[in-house]
Amino acid sequence: MTDTGIYNEMHQNGGISAAYRNLDQWLDTMPADLRSLKQSEAEALFRRVGITFAVYGEGGDPERLIPFDMFPRVFTDREWRKLDRGIRQRAAALNAFLADVYGRREIIRAGRIPEHLVTRNEAFEKTAVGFRPPRDVYSHIVGIDLVRTGPDQFYVLEDNCRTPSGVSYMLQNREIMMRMFPQLFVENRIAPVDGYARLLKKTLASVAPEKCEGEPQIAILTPGQFNSAYYEHSFLADLMGVDLVEGQDLFVEGDFVWEKTTEGPRKVDVIYRRIDDAFLDPLCFRPDSMLGVPGLMSVYRSGGVNICSCPGAGVADDKAIYTYVPDMIRFYLGEEPILDNVPTWQCAKEDDCKYVLDNLADLVVKEVHGSGGYGMLVGPKSDKSTIEAFAAKIRENPGNYIAQPTLALSACPTFVEEGIAPRHVDLRPYCLVGEKIELVPGGLTRVALTEGSLVVNSSQGGGVKDTWVLAE
Amino acid sequence: MLSRHADHLFWMTRYIERAETTARLLEVGARNALLPDISGGFRNDWDAVLQASGSVDAFLQKYGDVVQRNVETHLFFDQDNPSSVMSCLSAARENARVVRTALTASVWDAINTSYQELRQFQRTERSKFQLTDLTEWTRRTAYLVRGAITGTQLRDDGYHFMGLGASIERADNTARLIDVKYYVLLPSVSYVGSGLDQSQWATLLRSMSALGAYNWTYSGDITASKIADLLILNRKFPRSLVTSVEQSCEHLDSLARGYGSSTDAQAAARGLYAELADAQVQDIFEEGLHDFLGRMQSLNADMAQKVQAAYLQGLPA
Repeated sequence: MTDTGIYNEMHQNGGISAAYRNLDQWLDTMPADLRSLKQSEAEALFRRVGITFAVYGEGGDPERLIPFDMFPRVFTDREWRKLDRGIRQRAAALNAFLADVYGRREIIRAGRIPEHLVTRNEAFEKTAVGFRPPRDVYSHIVGIDLVRTGPDQFYVLEDNCRTPSGVSYMLQNREIMMRMFPQLFVENRIAPVDGYARLLKKTLASVAPEKCEGEPQIAILTPGQFNSAYYEHSFLADLMGVDLVEGQDLFVEGDFVWEKTTEGPRKVDVIYRRIDDAFLDPLCFRPDSMLGVPGLMSVYRSGGVNICSCPGAGVADDKAIYTYVPDMIRFYLGEEPILDNVPTWQCAKEDDCKYVLDNLADLVVKEVHGSGGYGMLVGPKSDKSTIEAFAAKIRENPGNYIAQPTLALSACPTFVEEGIAPRHVDLRPYCLVGEKIELVPGGLTRVALTEGSLVVNSSQGGGVKDTWVLAE
Repeated sequence: MLSRHADHLFWMTRYIERAETTARLLEVGARNALLPDISGGFRNDWDAVLQASGSVDAFLQKYGDVVQRNVETHLFFDQDNPSSVMSCLSAARENARVVRTALTASVWDAINTSYQELRQFQRTERSKFQLTDLTEWTRRTAYLVRGAITGTQLRDDGYHFMGLGASIERADNTARLIDVKYYVLLPSVSYVGSGLDQSQWATLLRSMSALGAYNWTYSGDITASKIADLLILNRKFPRSLVTSVEQSCEHLDSLARGYGSSTDAQAAARGLYAELADAQVQDIFEEGLHDFLGRMQSLNADMAQKVQAAYLQGLPA
């Protein structure tokens, strides 16, 4: 790579890094025609298995494929061990924070986090104050988005404490690679990820409410088949062997939640919900919601059912709270953060805002509550008028924005039209929090397929790769 | 299992069965259209097909002219027609997609792959198709899905709901297909027994893949009473009314055994089966073929209603 500022995960100074050594040879055995054959084979597999995300109302094919890049992203065991510890540390601190802000609020009293950032946050769930969910865990699946800028430098870009998606791609990318290139798996010792579903089920079972006797009945609550991630919901339900329910399948009677089955009502103990807080219970939140279950929240509060993630968990993954996660780690765990935050300026603070407005051309600016790569400004990639228009938006509502330096995201070799070329990548591992805190060795690598692009979101031209952790 | 999931499985197989019936109707029409015109009749053969598909009014409103090309469009491609092959297979696939967790990979693959092929047809120029290509493809698709279900699904309650959907729909469809003949014959009873009558009966048998079965089972001319015996009362024939109802009974009995209790649905199925098991061809013709078939269809629908109430709504019994 000629652009010296960017860390190429495979090639440095003419050499090949340890993680990718075996892949160099593999590339030699792949002429262009075989590659395109394999690529179309992979796409046919995705389409046939039905691994699609649904986009309705935009015209065109409603069932779309996320582009799959066959060149894997690789970590050595040593690299992974550090990530693993850092991710588990972060997931523990985020949950401790949630238990605290809905409990005694020590961190606010200690003056480490301003109260208004918590209590005036849209995701803060007032009715959750004083309620303690099983094992004091609020966020059971924590997706932590990481980027890399050097051999040992990783940054956490954001935390996802509600219902992070994409794990089905982590699992299916691996299945498809194993099916297409079995030899690669013979030659490399690649740590398996297929234990994820078992771990997830164990995690959910471990947070069954106290009133649950015997084997907990678990269900995944989906908005239904028109949701873009419906495939993932049904895939996980299938792997775990649990029911995939919609709101209309559940009802509240007495102190419990029941599923409507062919043999009459059956009690449900743990609900892994893939719908937002606002839609959970029309009696509590949005009265027009058809997706939820009337009365669900009152059963939850009286310990008749657990909801994963717990309502209100989103207050921990807000971009304004993000800045304070290193402090949380020190405050709750008494440890130094293993993974760094990206330096962040909060436009809500006057000094920060001034700095941001003066340096927009060099910064990435995000909406505090935004997601999916929308509503953001990538300074170095934007023209003057775009920057000026964005500056006006910041001045109008500074509290809505944060800014970060443009990171030189690492690049990984990727199959492109002309052959092989480096493209920027990120990583989302999925950390499970229940009785234990665990994660499988791997995650979802997203890749920006457009040359030079830093936006990896699938909605904006991003693709995915299989992610390998080499066993020692 | 979840009532909604059972409901989706039930409808998935119903729609597959219905797609096949629509394709068979098209085959009947296409073959009858090759026969000489019935002079003086006020219905042509495509009218009969539309009558049997239960969509005459919708057709006339949208297309007007009852000509083959329009009927083909209406019954195969038109998504405004809920009984078109396109609508049925799309609905089957949508039902399957919702309950993928209850299907084996093979069943899902059979349905999804067929659906992808169907979408390919949609993008292909119409002149590239012969009607028979489309109808044969539809039948093959139905065989494939049915085979995947039989070959790979666990024999649990989900399997029986799938079987039940298929057998209830099939009973209904068999009655409907026999009724086409009734409409074709309507112009004049004097055609009964004529050469034209023979070839129309033969077409009906062919469309139900029953001509061979008929020839093996009965000798001599094709007559209405032998046909009625085969298609309504013969237990050896897989699409006969009695066989379809018998299958509904078996699936319902298996459900009752598995769940440890019986419902109104079992009673309704047994009642219907008992009547068919005892029936004689003469009785059917005394009652009138059309009336008899109509009554069977409504008893069958009533049984389906009871299945719905007992299992697919998930409320306490």
